[in-house]
Amino acid sequence: MSKPYNNTKATLALAKASFRSIMRSPSAVVFTLAFPLIFILVFGFLGGGGVKVDLAIAPGSDLQNPIINAIEQINVIHIIKDKDADEIKTELEKGHIAAVINVKKNTAGTPAYLADVQYTSASIDKGSILKSVLNNLMYTLNSKDIKPTVAQLNESTVQGRIYRTIDFILPGQLGFSLLSTGVFGTAFVFFSLRQTLVIKRFFATPVSRASIVFGEGIARIGFALCGAIFIILIGHFFFNFTLIHGVVTVLNMLLLAIIGLVVFMGFGFIVSGIAKSESTIPPISNIITLPQFLLSGTFFSIDAFPSWLQPISRALPLTYLNDAMRKVAFEGAGLWDVKHQILIMAIWGVGVYIVAVKVFKWE
Amino acid sequence: MDKTNAIISVKDLVKKYDDFTAVQGISFDVYENEIFGLLGPNGAGKTTTLEIIETLREKTSGEIIVDGYSVDKDASKIKRIIGVQLQAAGYYPNLNLVELMELFAGLYGVDVKPMEMLEKVNLQDKAKAKYKALSGGQKQRFSIATTLINSPKIIFLDEPTTGLDPQARRNLWDLIIAIRNNGTTVVITTHYMDEAEQLCDRVAFVERGEIIALDTPDNLIDNLINSGFERTKEVKKANLEDVFINLTGKEWREDN
Repeated sequence: MSKPYNNTKATLALAKASFRSIMRSPSAVVFTLAFPLIFILVFGFLGGGGVKVDLAIAPGSDLQNPIINAIEQINVIHIIKDKDADEIKTELEKGHIAAVINVKKNTAGTPAYLADVQYTSASIDKGSILKSVLNNLMYTLNSKDIKPTVAQLNESTVQGRIYRTIDFILPGQLGFSLLSTGVFGTAFVFFSLRQTLVIKRFFATPVSRASIVFGEGIARIGFALCGAIFIILIGHFFFNFTLIHGVVTVLNMLLLAIIGLVVFMGFGFIVSGIAKSESTIPPISNIITLPQFLLSGTFFSIDAFPSWLQPISRALPLTYLNDAMRKVAFEGAGLWDVKHQILIMAIWGVGVYIVAVKVFKWE
Repeated sequence: MDKTNAIISVKDLVKKYDDFTAVQGISFDVYENEIFGLLGPNGAGKTTTLEIIETLREKTSGEIIVDGYSVDKDASKIKRIIGVQLQAAGYYPNLNLVELMELFAGLYGVDVKPMEMLEKVNLQDKAKAKYKALSGGQKQRFSIATTLINSPKIIFLDEPTTGLDPQARRNLWDLIIAIRNNGTTVVITTHYMDEAEQLCDRVAFVERGEIIALDTPDNLIDNLINSGFERTKEVKKANLEDVFINLTGKEWREDN
């Protein structure tokens, strides 16, 4: 009795137990690691190419000529051979192919070749790109041996960092992983601990309520950070995910992850409090996670959304986590540079926990 | 046994829920180092009374002192000197028995060797098993092991033998008697009168939230006989449970 009761020891014992339990729970591992990794793999392999325009070569077209040779050198254009006229026509109508080209030797003399290009109204965007590429190409080919009379165009490109699809997708997936582990994980754990009377047994020990919440929180944050490090490393070493300042960038990302997770866990506490049964947890959680999954710039930039939708996107906490993550990872921003995003997450945090304290149930 | 030394003292305990009164003014003392039984039908208020003493529930009125501490002011001090086995309780999912023991050691803030605790209840062979995978008797023994972690002065056992087979029940009796012999006071609830008669030094009968009798089992039986009561059927020197134990053996079984 002389020894005072040690709250820290109790909190850490709970954190350790909870962490072990999470690591052995298949659903937690799947949600935190497998889902984001699958998306990253898919987009990692898909992305990186930028725009591709499909250009079919008409059957019967001359293939050995400077025009086709030059086109084959252009990255943007993907040449399709071996299709017959009917196939090309259908593909054109569907817009799968942007245009068809037919090159013929000019029997009349100059110019040496005639190139007929037929575009499709089903793929106007790509058609326009193709049109300007081809115009440029023809100009270069035709003026190869001619000195410019009016002006000479000198083009050069600034060497910038390559912004790959992974640089957009990975922070979004990381944010979503944190959102789902924060909301689903917390909601399920507290609901089931309450339901199976584990918490009641805890209350028969001297442990404080704060220790229970902190212990669980530490375990979940620890687990989510392990997941985040794993995702970042896979992205970096297999898909060239940009980490400008290396380890410092990773640490900044992890700090952001903690901030985001604390906010998202607040949602989890709310869900565990208002859910009437275990089966109502997923739908309620989805109401919180799905809109953010779709509208918070996880897959697409918010700027691509219609203007009436953008204010909704800009109200969601995940938007700001994603935004801050991207700034930190790709632009090398420090935490102070993303204080605006952190502030908005903090406001969400305060609001969420005010509600959580009201609706959370211990028994 | 010093009969005058009450370690738990309950006075005029009342517990009202919205629509009914679960406990209506009961008073009793539990003496140090005895096994005290709370007996009575389901819904009589046994569990409510226990949970109020265990500081898990608020009382409506009355006074309860546990080893000198009041439940109103010193709930956390009381929690440190008692061990509680709940009638229905769960244990943290996905953990084995050793890990659960470590968790409880942390929750009580004590240093114990998990294996030693498991040995006390003869579960050392199940150290790596999950709680869910245990048999009914093993679950109850594990629950009792968790109540012993903080070397409590008093342990509360709420229907520990319900649903167990005769061997498991007897094993648990031996365990409970051993715990008492180590100097711990035991408060137990049960539906089984043979169990109360075997185990308890004193019993209280609870009915509709009131104590209707409180004495040693012997005195209660003698009083009934003195009032002229006679069993309709002559009691034989053995009963069917004796036959069962005799036929199936009393030894400690792997699965009970």
